[in-house]
Amino acid sequence: MSRKIVVISAGLRQPSSTRLLADRLAEAARRQLEALGAEVDLEVIEVRDHGHDLVNNLIVGYPSEQLEEVLDRVSRADGLIAVTPTFSASYNGLFKMFVDVLDDSALIDKPVLIAATGGTGRHSLVLEHELRPLFSYLHAVVMPTGVYAAPEDWGSGAESESPLATRIDRAAGELAREVDRRESPLPPDPFDSPDSFEKLLA
Amino acid sequence: MQVGIFGVGDVVADPVTGRPPTEHERIKAVLEYAQLAEDVGLDVFAIGEHHNPPFIPSSPTTILGYVAARTSRLQLSTSTTLITTNDPVKIAEDYAMLQHLADGRVDLMMGRGNTGPVYPWFGQDIRNGIALAVENYALLRRLWREDVVDWEGKFRTPLQGFTSTPRPLDDVPPFVWHGSIRSPEIAEQAAYYGDGFFHNNLFWPKRHVRQMIELYRRRFEHYGHGPADQAIVGLAAQLYVRKNSQDAINEFRPYYDASPVYGGGPSLEQTSQDTALLVGSPDQVIERILQFREYAAGDYQRQLFNVDGLGIPHRAVLEQIEQLGEIAAVIRKEFAVGRPEHVPDAPTHASLKAAKELSAEAVR
Repeated sequence: MSRKIVVISAGLRQPSSTRLLADRLAEAARRQLEALGAEVDLEVIEVRDHGHDLVNNLIVGYPSEQLEEVLDRVSRADGLIAVTPTFSASYNGLFKMFVDVLDDSALIDKPVLIAATGGTGRHSLVLEHELRPLFSYLHAVVMPTGVYAAPEDWGSGAESESPLATRIDRAAGELAREVDRRESPLPPDPFDSPDSFEKLLA
Repeated sequence: MQVGIFGVGDVVADPVTGRPPTEHERIKAVLEYAQLAEDVGLDVFAIGEHHNPPFIPSSPTTILGYVAARTSRLQLSTSTTLITTNDPVKIAEDYAMLQHLADGRVDLMMGRGNTGPVYPWFGQDIRNGIALAVENYALLRRLWREDVVDWEGKFRTPLQGFTSTPRPLDDVPPFVWHGSIRSPEIAEQAAYYGDGFFHNNLFWPKRHVRQMIELYRRRFEHYGHGPADQAIVGLAAQLYVRKNSQDAINEFRPYYDASPVYGGGPSLEQTSQDTALLVGSPDQVIERILQFREYAAGDYQRQLFNVDGLGIPHRAVLEQIEQLGEIAAVIRKEFAVGRPEHVPDAPTHASLKAAKELSAEAVR
């Protein structure tokens, strides 16, 4: 069965350490899902590519055609990997704007792997205090392991206390198993089968 | 095809001059637009209802009563009547009265209102918006159709032996449109009753407008009111025309850029592409309007234009209405080409009365 993993990367610079982390998580998830017998379709969304569309959506209340297609692919994904840089003790504004324009029901019961980068390891609890509650609020199934990459992680090897590669593999494995045991989501189409009026009248 | 103007009576400073009109000036201006609409041969004048600044029309039947006395052919309508926060008893009474004053030239468009605090100011809760629209409208229909009503619901004091007065003119209730931008439940409501469905396609991209209207048409047929292409559909548009299209764009841009809806968002050009914003020469605008049948999923019955608001100066609005008189003549003719015989016009008091007499005869 083909499973779709969508990666949301909210890094702002190019090259971006956020994107680097996102790619490593994506590859690890692909490897582990394939090991479970699935075909994997991977898509990375660079949020900055949709910056203006996101502002416009917030202002006028509807997405551009292009942004709508992106949001639709998130709704239809089997699993999500969400990666943001840490700004002022939280996800950055661009990341939040993307989450804000998702349909209320887009992430219900969807396995989500949360990850973040930051300028120092002292920000690592951003995962637990900002990202995890955000996705819990949206009724996503958030993986127990979140991955935070500080600058020193990119230069540490297997001998370090908790190597980045180990954490990536653990988180990706959790995501792979959650995706594997679920059916693919079928987002509801409100125009296709609305509640009948008799039901509304009752 | 009925062609007309609609507005919500916003009192906004002209972003070019910085000068805000007074409420009095704005109210008088709206009345002048209605009279000019009749003079240039438009069919419909509709005014919204708001109970918060910067809007003036808190009392739509007062405005429409005045317009009724100053006009003789214009159909008077609303854009919209708040079915959620108004007492349906008061709507039944007010609009039956207006019907008598205007000799039947009255219909209404129901809307829910989207300003959170307005609901509690009238003792309601926006989270009940759909439920209020459903219950209140069901009662309103009975008040217009039954002389004595016993009723009990969730949101309002029960009624025992209540008669709403005056009774609708000739015992024919005003025709009702239901307006909604994105709630399938309202398209479903319009379809259930065989009422009209109006989409304010100014505020939603056309691909979704079509989805909503197709849903309404499909369900209209499902509920046994006739084939889908006989459902009664209305659309909106924002209009700014000048002989020379570049003049229209240059003049309108500051009003667009300062608009509380679009300002700081997508460009005028982008919004023109996505929605029913029409800025250009009369020929360009006519060409776009004729394509609206795509939004409406077929031939439709009513096209309303917003020409005032956003601080657009009085004189420019009058010029827009004059232009619209000429545009209306062209689009009525063009829309008639290839339109099947069985596609009805929008119901009027005369047509509803005739239908009622016909069905009474059939029973006899």
